[in-house]
Amino acid sequence: MNTQLSAENVVASQNSVAVNGKSKIIEIKGLNFFYGKSQSLHNVNLDIHEKQVTAFIGPSGCGKSTLLRTLNRMYDLYPGQRAEGSILYRGNNILEGNQDVNMLRAKVGMVFQKPTPFPMSIYDNIALGVRLYEDLSKGEMDERVEWALKKAALWTEVKDKLGKSGLSLSGGQQQRLCIARGVAVKPDVLLLDEPTSALDPISTSKVEELISELKGDYTIAIVTHNMQQAARCSDYTAYMYLGELVEFGETDQIFMNPARKETQDYITGRFG
Amino acid sequence: MKQVMNPVYRKRLLTHRIGIALSVGAMSVGLLVLAWILVTLAIKGFGALSLNMFTQTTPAPGSEGGGLMNAIIGTVMIVSLSTLISTPIGILAGIYLAEYGEENKVANLTRFVTDIMLSAPSIVIGMFVWAMYVATAKHYSGYAGSIALALIAVPVVVRTTDNMLRLVPNSLLEAAFALGAPRWKVALMVRLRAVKAGVITGVLLAVARISGETAPLLFTALNNQFFSADMNGPMANLPVVIYGFAMSPYDNWRELAWGGALLVTFSVLALNILSRTVFSQKQPN
Repeated sequence: MNTQLSAENVVASQNSVAVNGKSKIIEIKGLNFFYGKSQSLHNVNLDIHEKQVTAFIGPSGCGKSTLLRTLNRMYDLYPGQRAEGSILYRGNNILEGNQDVNMLRAKVGMVFQKPTPFPMSIYDNIALGVRLYEDLSKGEMDERVEWALKKAALWTEVKDKLGKSGLSLSGGQQQRLCIARGVAVKPDVLLLDEPTSALDPISTSKVEELISELKGDYTIAIVTHNMQQAARCSDYTAYMYLGELVEFGETDQIFMNPARKETQDYITGRFG
Repeated sequence: MKQVMNPVYRKRLLTHRIGIALSVGAMSVGLLVLAWILVTLAIKGFGALSLNMFTQTTPAPGSEGGGLMNAIIGTVMIVSLSTLISTPIGILAGIYLAEYGEENKVANLTRFVTDIMLSAPSIVIGMFVWAMYVATAKHYSGYAGSIALALIAVPVVVRTTDNMLRLVPNSLLEAAFALGAPRWKVALMVRLRAVKAGVITGVLLAVARISGETAPLLFTALNNQFFSADMNGPMANLPVVIYGFAMSPYDNWRELAWGGALLVTFSVLALNILSRTVFSQKQPN
């Protein structure tokens, strides 16, 4: 079977699951992850559902960011880091060698902890990613940039200064610019790695509103240190500890009635 | 009210004062020498400045007046060509080192050779180009001069480009990769762009470095008493003219040497100031 990710089979599988909002888009099976010789994920099994928000919580160093970074093979950039097991994204195992990582990353976008605007204008920050995979006319690109900035609730603040450097924005605006950039390429899945940890409360609440709005169109996986945030914006929550998935389930159930004592201890703040 | 001093604090204060005194002393010695050179140069050089310097060619032995027009144009042409050669090579090599420098033996070797080249005596580079180019072509030429200067400029540009690119945080590169951008696009459109100002500064500093070099040109471009824009033949240039004229018995020659020296020094100074302005405008985050 061809495990290569092609535009056709993505579209095809999107159609086939459209009826059921809760179908699995990513299935992680027996995932082990290594930084050189030290293992940082142990036999993780987890499903991410389409058009839902899945939150990963746990103390620092528990492997939640590592897990997120396997989903778009970001670890590939660093020699010595490797993953074992399988991650099925729409049925294709993305850990296999013949996976085109650039195509994968165009479909599975990512927003990082710290805002990372590119050293160019606000407009080009967004257009850069779009130009990688689409050939749009000037008018279409203008529309796309506006659409993405509106999605990220940034349009009204920047519409008169699209030519200004992305670095001239405030921290919260920069982060929303990064989200707009991620949304602009119309990915299938959006990975958010502690997207609000460097932001003030007002920017944080804007980003959270954004997350709940975006899940209408995208599947979202978010790593957060903030349990209230996980409770507020996710549908599913995974609690991780020391590289293992301790508990995974619907957010309400994890926060109201966790099955494991460790989860309860972490959530109630007795540990962590 | 007299304050009671803690003995440990008093000792620290004393060490502090001695330290400050020593560093101010060292700085003054350096600055004094520099000021001395610049003042002498300004007094003698400004006296020699005249319109003729820019409009007339270098005078023949024993003749009156004359200028440096041919040498100024020669230097501008030789340095420009050498900048055109060294900038792309230097920037591309710097990108290569920053991108592949960690994992790769060729890159490590390149960096090592670059470091040696940075401190290689310029006369050795002049002799090398003489042996490889001038001796084969059987004539001195402006091209040979440009090649020799480019050999000096390339390692400077490589080093700054490499160092600057390494300042770009991984998080920025990851953000570009996360959009599905291929490596070459990340390197050129995001990484290089983030440190554009620093790289331009490196190029300007390299130009400043080569525009005063004498030894490499002595063996390559040589000199030309007359005006010549033919880079395939011997060409007049400021450093070699200054070198030749400064030790001559003719007053007008020595005066032109001072004028030329002033011109070179202030051009280099201007380039340095320009590079600082460029760099301070856009610091890498």
